[in-house]
Amino acid sequence: MLRKIGDYVILMGQALRRPPKFSIFRRQLVHEFYSLGVTSFLIVAILSVFVGAVAAILVAYNIDNPLLPDLMIGFVTRQMVIQEFSPTIICIILAGKLGSQIASELGTMRVTQQIDALQVMGINAANYLIMPKIIACLLFIPVLIIFSIFLGIYGGYVACDILNIISTEDYVLGLRSWFDPWTVTFALIKTVVFSFIIASVSSFIGYNVNGGSVEVGKASTDGVVYSSILIIFFDLILTQMLLS
Amino acid sequence: MIRIENVSKSFGDKKVLKNVSAEFEQGKTNLIIGQSGSGKTIMMSICTGLVEPDEGEVFFNDRRFSNLPERKRRDIRKEMGVLFQGGALFDSMNVEENVMFPLNMFTKMSYKDKLDRVDFCLKRVNLENSNKLKTKELSGGMMKRVAIARAIANNPKYLFCDEPNSGLDPKTSELIDALISEITEEYNITTIINTHDMNSVIKIGQRINFLYRGQLWWKGDKNSILTTENKELQEFVFATELTRRLR
Ligand SMILES: Nc1ncnc2c1ncn2[C@@H]1O[C@H](COP(=O)(O)OP(=O)(O)OP(=O)(O)O)[C@@H](O)[C@H]1O
Ligand SMILES: [Mg+2]
Repeated sequence: MLRKIGDYVILMGQALRRPPKFSIFRRQLVHEFYSLGVTSFLIVAILSVFVGAVAAILVAYNIDNPLLPDLMIGFVTRQMVIQEFSPTIICIILAGKLGSQIASELGTMRVTQQIDALQVMGINAANYLIMPKIIACLLFIPVLIIFSIFLGIYGGYVACDILNIISTEDYVLGLRSWFDPWTVTFALIKTVVFSFIIASVSSFIGYNVNGGSVEVGKASTDGVVYSSILIIFFDLILTQMLLS
Repeated sequence: MIRIENVSKSFGDKKVLKNVSAEFEQGKTNLIIGQSGSGKTIMMSICTGLVEPDEGEVFFNDRRFSNLPERKRRDIRKEMGVLFQGGALFDSMNVEENVMFPLNMFTKMSYKDKLDRVDFCLKRVNLENSNKLKTKELSGGMMKRVAIARAIANNPKYLFCDEPNSGLDPKTSELIDALISEITEEYNITTIINTHDMNSVIKIGQRINFLYRGQLWWKGDKNSILTTENKELQEFVFATELTRRLR
């Protein structure tokens, strides 16, 4: 276990260096943006709307108390979406998609000797392959999460409207009550940490595959499992650290 | 010329190479032959620096290569071309981008010059007008040929081929052999080829090194191999029904 952590740190040390040729790095980065980022928009959009709607329904169901004003529903939904649903749940979903994608891509490159081919040419393969993935994730996942926050809140709005839980005016009023910008900063800090976990952990697992296609399959699962566990773990730590 | 001196390598308790010394000549096809598991790929990986030897040294024209930091190996690396057992083409790129890759990494040539060089190399392996094909659209033999084109793109002085004709039909396999030996002579390259295909051994084996249980057991050429008295080598050479009958 300690050895794994050591190997991980060493790999990140190799990966996170200044690329020798910027033009090639930029090309890789654009490629990763497309293959990791653009393809994730749809799934994030769909999930966010539904999760936001469910959040609003749940809140309405649980605070069905005449003493609590209706605007509580909008308020609590907003807080939940900003602080937990979008940054954590969506990042775990992304860990499922991107983690397996990254781990199996690098694992395949390892077992088909594409990584050896890079090393033989004297290329720092970790830097060439992993760095663009990490940078791409650090840049686009926060964008996805902000997008998801808006859609999640909109999902709650739709739920209120269609299911007639409360009037949409009350919902919007709730949304605009007691807004603390720090919650958004908090969400973004979490997202950045989670993005790094997704990209680096699954890269580490894929890069170190040893064997054949069975091991690539296993690496792809491991990429998802380990990045999800670490996300939940760091969620706890960060929430404790930043909100208390 | 490539020289390896007293190279040993173990994995755990398993001794894969035991005190091997050999010299590979310039302008010649130098073969490493031996059974599966005899250590051919490991020996090549030690030459290309993918695996470090436990003991011993590797020299490229008297420049030491083994046990050096990556930064000091760069100059020799630019002069190497490697053909991997499975081709190892980058599957995120098409044929042209694969062949151009070493040029992008190592040279400051203009795009036009690089493209000319790519076309030349592809023509050399009989794959004109395949520039835009994706790697998944290639057959096994085409993949090997594209991999050869990539290996020779940057005019290597040293060419390593790990089982260049495994998994190919006899005709394609002869084509690849002929191609490698032509290139070797034409550009005076030091070529090292791993194989256990007796047909290529007899055809292009200008220098032959026989590995047996991690030791360099026998050296010779394509003529002397057929008349050898060495028992282990005889077993290897005449392992198939066909070769036994011909004998
Ligand atoms: N990374 C490794 N860890 C442990 N053992 C290894 C490793 N790589 C190779 N070996 C062992 O070293 C021995 C030689 O392997 P090598 O790949 O060089 O064989 P080979 O002669 O190329 O065989 P083939 O003709 O099948 O390709 C084998 O017995 C193999 O099990
Ligand atoms: Mg081998």
